Amino acid sequence: MRINISKNKVRDDFVLKIQELSGQNLLACYQCGKCSAGCPAVSEMDILPNQIIRYAQLGLKDELLKSKAIWICASCMTCNARCPKGINIAEVIEALRQYLLRKRKDHLKVEKLTDNQKEDVPPIALISNFRKFTS
Amino acid sequence: MKISYYPGCTLKSNAKNFEESTFCALKHLGVELEELPRWNCCGTVFSLATDDLIHHVAPIRNLIRVKQSNSNQLMTLCAMCYNTLKRANERVKSDPDSLEKINKFMYREDIDYEGDVEIVHLLELLRDKITFETLAQKVIKPLKNLKIANYYGCLLVRPKEIGLDDVENPTVLENLVSALGGEPIDFPYKTECCAAYQTVDKPEIVADRTYHILTSAQGQGADIVAVSCPLCAFNLDHRQKQTLKKYPDFKNIPILYFTQLLALAMDCPEKDLRFDLHYIDPKPILKERDLI
Repeated sequence: MRINISKNKVRDDFVLKIQELSGQNLLACYQCGKCSAGCPAVSEMDILPNQIIRYAQLGLKDELLKSKAIWICASCMTCNARCPKGINIAEVIEALRQYLLRKRKDHLKVEKLTDNQKEDVPPIALISNFRKFTS
Repeated sequence: MKISYYPGCTLKSNAKNFEESTFCALKHLGVELEELPRWNCCGTVFSLATDDLIHHVAPIRNLIRVKQSNSNQLMTLCAMCYNTLKRANERVKSDPDSLEKINKFMYREDIDYEGDVEIVHLLELLRDKITFETLAQKVIKPLKNLKIANYYGCLLVRPKEIGLDDVENPTVLENLVSALGGEPIDFPYKTECCAAYQTVDKPEIVADRTYHILTSAQGQGADIVAVSCPLCAFNLDHRQKQTLKKYPDFKNIPILYFTQLLALAMDCPEKDLRFDLHYIDPKPILKERDLI
């Protein structure tokens, strides 16, 4: 995959917005990869947690916002617990989801869920799913 | 001992087995639960975005209800409620500005929240107040020869500042099982995420996790797996249907709430254990071990 890096992207408001929403200093990351090593969801992800941080540092907005990974992360907080630099990676991923959700770009279309899908699961699953995937 | 109790949505529906087993067991231990009047949804997940105050309103409103019922402590059973309520509480305690904004938003409430309610989980109550030594003495029917793998999931232990035990190697459930006369089984997946709410639209991911978590427990010789979260319980128990479809070598294993184990040891009647709500029936193994 070819990725173009530019000064404009690095200095884009997007980077600042993600830092602001997540409350994290993205540049603290030195790419040790511990977050991805412990993440139970990496096998489903197209961009791994440590790469998400790197992409965010570089302002690779389009790549991040269209990634599957940000919706696979279920905020289990294992990455946060293990980061030697104290970065809350889960918060960065939440900021990316929020960036889209705040533009009404829902990940889940509630109206498209079948009755079977809704009846099958307990309320705790539906509420948390809607909280994470809809605006 | 009397304590204010927060049930949350699922304890009143799919997880009646969690609630009813707790009621019976705690009665034997002399603990009186008083359900929080006018409780509302906790929000289920803590809002991680720095500016997302609106989603802290629901948990904080519950804490106002605690004060209004003349208490300053609230006990939960559900791990998700515990985490969301406790984290929102810590958030407003350490950030007076957001507490003020949330209070202003809820101007119709009779009182403001002042950050003075403590959130405790039943496991903390058992470990710290009742103590496992006392509990062991009150056991009527020891869980002899029952091999129990204890699954914590995420929200009882993470983040570290909120968790009720060691973040990487919690042992409170193992110690509880020992106090009840059972045989705790250690396994490496005890704090691995079950994929939580992905179960709604991506059940295949849950099937993968359930397979890895449960086969790991079985590999260590577990008869059953104990849980403390209604969402983990659903994923590990009911999603065994999808797991078996995807992995034909998978073998079913019953999932029980730790409170059902407590109730078994306190010799509660079988009707309070509500085995009718389980997908994998725990009765055969419990009968085999002479526990029912």
